[in-house]
Amino acid sequence: MGEWGKNEMKHRNTNLDPVDPVSEKPEGRDGMARPAKPEARLGREVQARIGQQLRAIYDDVVNQGVPSHLADLVRRLSEQDQD
Amino acid sequence: MKLDPAIRDQVLGTVPSLRAFAISLCGNIDRADDLVQETLLRALAHIDSFQPGTNMPAWLFTILRNLFRSEYRKRRREVEDADGRHAETLKSHPEQTGRVELEEFRAALSKLPSDQREALILVGASGFSYDDAAAICGCAVGTIKSRVNRARTRLADLLAIDSVDDFGPDRATRAVLAGGGRS
Repeated sequence: MGEWGKNEMKHRNTNLDPVDPVSEKPEGRDGMARPAKPEARLGREVQARIGQQLRAIYDDVVNQGVPSHLADLVRRLSEQDQD
Repeated sequence: MKLDPAIRDQVLGTVPSLRAFAISLCGNIDRADDLVQETLLRALAHIDSFQPGTNMPAWLFTILRNLFRSEYRKRRREVEDADGRHAETLKSHPEQTGRVELEEFRAALSKLPSDQREALILVGASGFSYDDAAAICGCAVGTIKSRVNRARTRLADLLAIDSVDDFGPDRATRAVLAGGGRS
């Protein structure tokens, strides 16, 4: 079975850009210009907590691995002749 | 010709995160598993359209999302799923983060618009790049970025409110206090 875990899920980390609490720009890049409200300046601590909890919820499912009925399905289909 | 075992293993290796994403879309573990099964059937029937060497997780996530959009979304009853059933799927979460804290987080997450939640999960939990997330969702990279930012801002607001309540009455009491009209 070997390598699939490692190779495929290499991207499993978070790609959330760090939010700079001070210098978040008013930015209108997406044509959605809005004033830089104080609420938009997120504290690092809060952001770290959001990232951590998001991954905790997600990884809870990931850590269940592949349910046997889905593993059987993939194996069975991959043994069939491809068109 | 049988399927290349390397490709098969790439598919199998993506199933755990595919399920996690499906649960975040469906809010219900049984429907999520049906959706994953349907995705795998579809993917393996069209495996020829997968270019070896490209991003297998992104390819499978795209198929799953499209299936969800076309078939499952109509049937979804957001109100029902928002607090109760979604939370049920999470009973087995690890203990290292406080259970109550995670439940609050889950509740906050369920209050986000679905496009924002989806973007946040793809980037923040599945670990896709903004480019891949945009490809999966069929939208511009800038759209993903602004959805993620709005999701984070909104979550921070919701969680800040909740943390104030940590020192106050518990959830049930709060519901009674705040509920007024609901009986």
